[in-house]
Amino acid sequence: MLAAVRSLPSAVPLALPFAFLAVFLCYPLATIGALSAAPSAVSGGELVATLLRPEAYFETVVLSAAQAGASTLLTLALGLPAAYAFARYRFRGDRLLRALAGVPFVMPAVVVAAAFAALLGPRGLANTALQGLLGLDQPPIQLLGTLPMILIAHAFYNVSVVIRIVGGFWSAIDPRLESAAATLGASRWQTLWRVTLPLALPAIGSAAALVFLFTFGSFGVVLLLGNARWATLEVEIYRQTAQLLRLDVAAALALIQMLATVALGLVNSRLQARTAAPLAMRLAADTRAAPRGPGPRALACFAAAVSLLLCGLPLAALVAGSLPLDGGLDPNSLFRYFIALERNPRGSAFFVPPLEAIRNSVTAATATAGLALALGLPLAVGMTADRRRGPVVTPALLDALLLLPLGTSAVTLGLGYIVAFNRPPLQMVGSPWLIPLAHTLIALPFVVRTLTPALRALDPRLRQAAAVLGSPPWRARLEIDLPLLAQPLIAALAFAFATSLCEFGASLLISRPEFPTVPVVIARLLSQPGALNYGQALAMSSLLMGVTAAGMLLIDRLQPNHEL
Amino acid sequence: MNKRISLLALPLILAACAVATPVPTMPPPTATRPPATATARPPTTAAPTAAPTATAVPPTATPKPAPGTGTVMTHDSFAMSNAVLAAFEAESGITVKVLKAGDVGSALNKAILTKDAPLADVFYGVDNTFLSRALSAGIFDPYAAPALRSIADRYKLDPQNRLLPVDYGHVSVNYDKAWFEAKKLALPATLKDLADPKYKGLLVVENPATSSPGLAFLLATIASFPEGSAYTWQQYWADLRKNDVRAAEGWEAAYYGDFSGSSGKGPRPLVVSYQTSPAAEVMFSEGKLSTPPTGNLDAAAFEQIEFVGILRGTKNRPAAERFVNFMLGPAVQADVAGQMVVYPVADGTKLPAEFVQFAPAPKNIVTLAPDIIDQGREKWIEAWTKIVLK
Repeated sequence: MLAAVRSLPSAVPLALPFAFLAVFLCYPLATIGALSAAPSAVSGGELVATLLRPEAYFETVVLSAAQAGASTLLTLALGLPAAYAFARYRFRGDRLLRALAGVPFVMPAVVVAAAFAALLGPRGLANTALQGLLGLDQPPIQLLGTLPMILIAHAFYNVSVVIRIVGGFWSAIDPRLESAAATLGASRWQTLWRVTLPLALPAIGSAAALVFLFTFGSFGVVLLLGNARWATLEVEIYRQTAQLLRLDVAAALALIQMLATVALGLVNSRLQARTAAPLAMRLAADTRAAPRGPGPRALACFAAAVSLLLCGLPLAALVAGSLPLDGGLDPNSLFRYFIALERNPRGSAFFVPPLEAIRNSVTAATATAGLALALGLPLAVGMTADRRRGPVVTPALLDALLLLPLGTSAVTLGLGYIVAFNRPPLQMVGSPWLIPLAHTLIALPFVVRTLTPALRALDPRLRQAAAVLGSPPWRARLEIDLPLLAQPLIAALAFAFATSLCEFGASLLISRPEFPTVPVVIARLLSQPGALNYGQALAMSSLLMGVTAAGMLLIDRLQPNHEL
Repeated sequence: MNKRISLLALPLILAACAVATPVPTMPPPTATRPPATATARPPTTAAPTAAPTATAVPPTATPKPAPGTGTVMTHDSFAMSNAVLAAFEAESGITVKVLKAGDVGSALNKAILTKDAPLADVFYGVDNTFLSRALSAGIFDPYAAPALRSIADRYKLDPQNRLLPVDYGHVSVNYDKAWFEAKKLALPATLKDLADPKYKGLLVVENPATSSPGLAFLLATIASFPEGSAYTWQQYWADLRKNDVRAAEGWEAAYYGDFSGSSGKGPRPLVVSYQTSPAAEVMFSEGKLSTPPTGNLDAAAFEQIEFVGILRGTKNRPAAERFVNFMLGPAVQADVAGQMVVYPVADGTKLPAEFVQFAPAPKNIVTLAPDIIDQGREKWIEAWTKIVLK
């Protein structure tokens, strides 16, 4: 009884996030489940029958998992060294380089495909340059439509997930732990294998799980840059709903995708619980130093190379495409696609100037970031609550369930919203609020995943010391925990902001053409032939890139900067 | 150093700001819907064409005015001139609210899902490949619009007038003129030529499972090489696969990513696109092009007709009828070519010069009856996926 009463305070902060997930995730999905159970105009009533026919989805699941596994490994291989360098070293342009690595995360897939085609395509920059240099007849790089292309594009998209989550964690770990290992005679490699990597395992696991889920459910990248052989469950779900109007089959596949997500989440949180250790967390600014010696310098160079080559080059190809050089450097010609964005020569009724679209996007992203943090922080705190007081829910299960929004089929959820929110008490189809609410759903797992490893690593003795010294618990939280959590909190904010800017699946909702966000404008421009439409789409993408980079830099600046 | 690089990132934003004119602030998102016309349309452009639109709606169609709001659910490609829409709103007293709901299939699916409490009064954009499905779901009510008189019977696919034709287009194979001239290669004349090793690795199509022109092209091949004939469409696609056909996810990826004739830097000089795409290349070339860089093959072109219908359960039937009349009337009919790059169905509608010059009617139109499409779609796409992708 007493234990129940005492665990009550940790239940209160969880109530709101749970209510949110129940209303905006479970309720719409249950509505679709109920609709597809019986035969109707949109369902053959074969929800269960499809589940019992594994041959209908087995191959897709296995191939997607193999692709996602390979994508995750490549992303980690590139992201971990970069994350370490950004966390530990101060070098020229480090903030900008890190912001650059975060930009791909928000680019719409269609635009990314165009960027890679402009860079690596048979007539792209790389091939043209190589052919000129080596005097070749055939383009030497033939990547479009292959698995390696998918993996590169996935690494391009997700490397910032690793840099943010693992880097945010590393930057809060006291570097003296490594120094101590070195003092005790450990070689550089031994320190890496025995200290640096094991300490960060919870964060690495978190990041890997997110990257895996993203690439497992990848929709645009796989089909635009790869080929349909590597099509994921989400593609099949889209096909079943949009083309065949078979809600039952789609719901069955969506269920399988969610089960796979929970399974992955369970494995991941078991690993996390086993590997987490309370650490002396430090302010991020204290842990960074100039890279000294060949090893650290090489790492810093590697981080710069990941940002510039993997993320920067395709983005540069995109910007190059938006700045036509045929009229020389005359600004009226060079910036003509940007200028054209402001004009509406055909007098189209749904024309929206770019600044307004940017404002819509930034408004939605800010709302998402605020909402996701307001819901995610209590959730993360509740999940990592002191075990001795008895957690309200099994943390492992909760942790796994929290990944669900990422594993949820956006297509199915979009349909769920339309049915569930088209009747009282929640009549809100077409409401502009639905966009940040839907985005928050996707951002929430990021926020929680970024915060929990850091929260678990907080040394409770610091708070106990404060209590001994007469400080009330809230003050210990505010004055000790919060500054130590600054870096992960900022990473979480950045993710929530970025998730919203790139508009995961929001096009699957019903939209009002008066309030388009930037990705919606880009998609609209790309849907018609003509140099002007294409150029304007690239120009708008360049603007989106600029806004993202600016947003990321701004969020980075929020960090308390204690120069010592 | 840090600052200097930051400055380099700024011109993008500055470029936008420099050309930007002040725009009214977006109202804060509220749960109650803001008036549809508030920010998007400057009222100044409404006046000039008010007069021609007044004649668009026959005065006999709706005896009494139907004020209030009319909601139109449609696909993402829907577009209309501001002047035409504003004139309709001014003349009818109806505020038009538009809901965009994804591609055609997704939008229709959403309309079917919400049939008990329809989100809109009118749905625009069902095409002949989805017509049967839309009608059998029972979401449309009949309406014999007076304007049907000026539309040729071949476009009226629903005898009960639950879905009324608005516009049409053709899915056909575009080619890159410069590429074929440079290689001195004769153009493929028929669908069958595309499977000729001479044209190996040149064609990009769209996946019919995820793309509307992709499905239309598959239907064209099914109509051209029917099952039970000496050479079936399944054999044809197997031959296309041997000829290294590429299947892109959607039109955007194929046209801008794989096709060499447009602004993308794709490698392939043949793409499944629309008969009107070459004309659009000129229309959207900033006046730089006087002839299109692309052309249409004379091989089979599949006809896509788009329809409008009144949703069953509408709360404002008079407004719905007026909007349907408006869509079929001269103002919209004259507008669709410039806004959506499709042909109007009404007889005698004037077309833009680029259309007349560069988008002539296809030589070889093929089509399939909507009910046949509906019965076959699922198994055809299944078979296509096995033949081409697996």
